[in-house]
This record gives sequence, C-alpha cells and structure tokens, in this order.
Amino acid sequence: MEKLTVVTGVAAPLLFPNINTDVIIRIERMSKHRRGELGPWALEALRLDAEGRERPEFVLNQAPFRDARILLAGANFGCGSSREMAVWALQERGFSCIIAPSFGDIFFSNCLQNGVLAIRLPADAVERLAECVRRGGTDATLTVDLERQEIRSTAEVIRFDVEPLARQSLLQGLDPVAVTLQRETEIAAFQERDRVQRPWIYG
Amino acid sequence: MTATPAMPPRTLFDKLWDAHVVAEIAPGVSLLHVDRHLVHDLGGSGAFAEIDRRGLAVRDPAQVFAVPDHVVSSAPGRTGGNAEWSGKHIDGLRRGCRKWGIRFIDVNDAEQGIVHVIGPELGLTLPGVLLVCGDSHTCTHGALGALAWGIGASEMVHVLATQTIVQRRPRRMRVRVGGALGSGVEPKDLILAIIGRLGAGGGTGYAIEYAGPAIEAMAIEGRLTLCNLSIEMGARIGLVAPDERTFAYVAGRPYAPRGDDWEHALAQWRQLRSDDGAAFDREVSIDASSVAPQVTWGTSPQDVIAIDATVPDPAQAADPERRDAIASALAYMDLAPGAPIAGTRIDRVFIGSCTNSRYSDLERAAAVARGRQVAAHVEAWVVPGSQAVKRAAEAAGLDRIFRDAGFQWREPGCSLCVGANGEMVAPGRRCVSTSNRNFVGRQGPGARTHLASPAMAAAAAIAGTLVDVRTLSR
Repeated sequence: MEKLTVVTGVAAPLLFPNINTDVIIRIERMSKHRRGELGPWALEALRLDAEGRERPEFVLNQAPFRDARILLAGANFGCGSSREMAVWALQERGFSCIIAPSFGDIFFSNCLQNGVLAIRLPADAVERLAECVRRGGTDATLTVDLERQEIRSTAEVIRFDVEPLARQSLLQGLDPVAVTLQRETEIAAFQERDRVQRPWIYG
Repeated sequence: MTATPAMPPRTLFDKLWDAHVVAEIAPGVSLLHVDRHLVHDLGGSGAFAEIDRRGLAVRDPAQVFAVPDHVVSSAPGRTGGNAEWSGKHIDGLRRGCRKWGIRFIDVNDAEQGIVHVIGPELGLTLPGVLLVCGDSHTCTHGALGALAWGIGASEMVHVLATQTIVQRRPRRMRVRVGGALGSGVEPKDLILAIIGRLGAGGGTGYAIEYAGPAIEAMAIEGRLTLCNLSIEMGARIGLVAPDERTFAYVAGRPYAPRGDDWEHALAQWRQLRSDDGAAFDREVSIDASSVAPQVTWGTSPQDVIAIDATVPDPAQAADPERRDAIASALAYMDLAPGAPIAGTRIDRVFIGSCTNSRYSDLERAAAVARGRQVAAHVEAWVVPGSQAVKRAAEAAGLDRIFRDAGFQWREPGCSLCVGANGEMVAPGRRCVSTSNRNFVGRQGPGARTHLASPAMAAAAAIAGTLVDVRTLSR
C-alpha cells in the first residue's frame, strides 16, 4: 500500500446525506469491469443523466471540483453494500481523502485497507469547509496533514482524530496481511486450544 | 452460599467477541479468529486472484465454503448466468475452490442458494460461531446467535490468508420488542419500523441485540429477516440470543454437531445470553403491537411509512437537509407529497432475496395469492432463496399456487434484489420488492423500489397497486 502523509488538493463539497455504495459504483459496472477501470463510473448515478451525458449542475462536473482529490461528504457516506469497488472507483477518480460527519462502517474499513484517508469530523466543521471551498480559487484547496492530524483551509485549521493503528498503517503504508502473518504462532495456539473446546467448528 | 462471580455481567455480544480473541493489538482493536468464511461469486474470484498475485496461501480451506448466488440467472432451466460477466465470476470461484480444496456448491447443486439462506440451512451458521462473508447482509446469521458481519475485498484476502480479522470492538445496543405482532404484520414490518425510527445511520458503530417477548416468540426465519436488515440502519452486526427454538432449528443439519459434540455444544450455547445487569451503550424499546404493515416511499430504507399513511411532504420537514432529501427522493420515486401511499399503481413484484425468500416467507405470500390472479399489467416473480426452499415449496404445492395466480416461479439466487445477474427493473418502472434496499438504481437504472413484506408484495401483485394486505377480503 502507498504511504499517505499529506494530501493537498481541491476539495469537492457533496454534503447530501446517506450516499450509498450502490450510488458510488453501480453493480453492473463493478461486475463487468476490473480494478483500474472503475474511475469513469464513480458516482455515475449522480454525475450522468440517463443518456450518459454529464449533469452540469453536479459538483464534480464543475471547475475546479472536477479534479478534486478530497471529498467533503454528508452523514453516513458509503452506507449499504460492502462492495470495496466503491473505494476503488473513488480512488481511481482521484480521491485520496474523504471527510464526513459519519461513514458506513464497512466502507470506512475498506478505505483504510486501500490507503484512502477517511476522516470523521463534526457536521458543522464539514459545513464550514464546504462553504470555504465553494468560494473557488485558492479557497477550493485544502491540505490534510495526517502526521499533524490537521486540516488546513484558507480560513482555519481544524484538528481531527484518527485511530492510532489506522494512522500508523496509513503513514507507513503497511500491508495488513503481512502484519497479521507475523502472529502465526498466536493464531495456531488459539486454534489448538479451541479444537479441544469446540471440535465441531473444525472440518 | 456461592462466592460472588469474578466476571462482571456481560452482553451476548461481548461473550461472543471475547471467545474469539487471538490477540489484543491496540486499545479496543482485536485480532479475532474466523470460524466460518462464506464466499460468493461476486468477490470470490477476485479474492482468489489476489491471493495468487500476492503469492499467499489459503490458510484453512476447511473453514471456507463457496456458492454462486449473485450472478446466476434465476430463469427456469438455467445452467449458469446470462450476464456477459457471469461466466468469469462463476469460473473464477470454481477454479479457486478447486485449487485450494474448498467446498464449492455449484450452480445447480442440491445445496445451492443465496449465501445467507444456505448458511443457516446447512448448519454452517451455528450459535457461537464467528462468521464473515464479503457481503453486507452477513448480519443475517446473528439470528442464530452467531457473531457475523460483512467484510470488503481486502478483508476477504486477509481472512483467507490468516483465518483471522482485525476489528475494532463496536458499541452495544439492545432493541427490546414488547407485545406481539398483529395479524398480517410480519417481522419485515417490524424491522422496517425500527429502521424508520432509528434512521439509516442510527445503528452505525453498534452491534445490535434484538430481545424481548416479541423476539422470543418469533420463529427462526423471522429472526433471520430481522437481523438481515440491521445493516440498513448502519449496524454491521445483528444478534438474537439462541434459545430452544434455535437449538431445535439447528439440530440435525448437515454441518451441525452430532452425538457427544451436540451435547457439549448445547451446554456452551445455553450460556450465550446477555447477563442480568449487563450494560448496553444504548437501549431502545418498541411495542410490536403498534406496528402496521410497512412500505417504503423513498430511496433509503429509513423512508418508510405504514401502508395506511400518506407520503411525507418536504415542506413539513424542519431541517433543510432533510427537506432536500425528501424532495429528491419523491422526484426519483414520482410520488406526490401528502398523497396516500396505498393505491399507487405498480408494474413489478419481486418476492425473494436474503431478506425474505425462505419457506415461511413463500408460504405467507402463497396464502395471499391462493385462488387469486396477478393484475394484468403486473409482472410478478417468486425467486426461492435456495434449492432446499424450492424443493420444500414444490412438495407443499406452493409453486402451483403461485403459477396458477400468474406469478413466475424461478431458480434460486439474489436475482432482482441487486441485478448483478443482469435481471433488472426497467427505468421508471415501479417494483414492490421483499428485498432490503430501495436505493437509487438498485434494481436497475431509474427503477423505483418499494420495500415490503412477502404478504404485502403478493397483495400488491394481485391488486396492481400498493395495498394493505389486511384489507384483502377472503
């Protein structure tokens, strides 16, 4: 996994609540296409009309937000299906950081697994950041600094919380599988004890 | 006199969690042992490819079980899937299973079905097991007192390679359900009403235990429906404490323990309940007798009302964000604010999905359909949840009742719940569905979904409109 320390870029405000992973990536796109081909279909249901043309009123179809690297989202972003392709599609579209009041739990873990920084921030703080970036120009750019745990806009600096383990994993670009494989002795010991307690679990 | 127990009272959730801790790796974060890993066709082939690409190995193939359900066709006489991508997903899953020696239940195998239907059916899902699957509706399995939740693609690879998962301990919520469900009111109505009250994010970060007299009185298949929809309020985990109904359901199933093992298991399973005085982070109470048949009007499962209620008016919403959300949902659903929801003309009916495709679901729908006819303008499907459900329904003549009424009787799979097999509702068409998600485009681009119970869906098929099943005369 690539290391993530600081993200600087345009932040797109998309504060609608409960945007689910079906809306982030449609089932037939993720079924048909491979990882690496999903970016063009990210948020298709909102970005494109029934004929596949861009909806001009949608934020990601407008300058400067078309090239955003940071997404400011509404509550419960990424709720619904566990499809990790939702994270891949957003990542391929250019997003490496998503800031929202709350996230779907599975989507949130999927972000961390892929080196996408998902930050929970109180709704009023997300709203203030959105107001700032909507002014456009240099105000549209934010810096998210994982090392210092702060978000810098032209208007303010906001501290954010992140789980220490997730922070370390993102900063160092750790591979969670490789980390767990180092605990093989403990896993084997658990199973040895458990086989006595619950033999019916093991085939 | 016995000594005061050293262990403080614990919730069911905590007992299940604690029993699976391999290591504490950070404050509040544990490495947990996975007892059962269920794998389906939309994700399985990708996970196996990733295992190969990274030079990893499947650590415990005997703990993994695979079945195609998402991309398989539900058309009678199917041999696989009809979507252009079906073949690669089914073949990739089959190949991976063969390579690692994993039990693969093939498309037309006698045990095939939706992964969340066959887990309990085969006894793979047992009280006390920790079970994961790359599907958000894995919360279903908690109905038997299993600790079960949905995971992503990367976590699948982690579980395949290590038979463990890294997880932050969620908070605990208990939803106590008092009273009894009225006639014509189903577990689906109850859980939709709960979601309507708590909201689509109300359970986020929690493991929810459903308890109380109405849950104790509920059959296992109803509990499966209840737990299935936990994720629709954001809770990855739903639970019901196992009881005598659970043990009777599990006994004798193919992968259930037998003989001495059964006795030992039973002794352990009887401890799986929240102790008196165990602390929950949140407690909610609801009276089952106050719940009417429910139907969704919007594009989130929280957008739900009683069938005899009216469509909400965005102008009445105090919060501007909520006002916009309601207006946008009504525009997508083509519904007028303030109009009665009953009487809304429909085009399609889908009875199926991991939420409501089990035998008792079909039985209740058939009781409504018996001797009646599907409205001429409605296309109505019944998709049994598994081959076993299909066989049992056919043995009881339910297929005949549905066919005679004008329903299509189809092959087991996820089908129209998610459209991963290419089966979809056309743009602008309105479908009453017993599934779990009424999201924008869920059943196809521009498709309009109303979630309801099997009996309500059958009633809508007959009436050709949304209708209160309790008002259909016999």
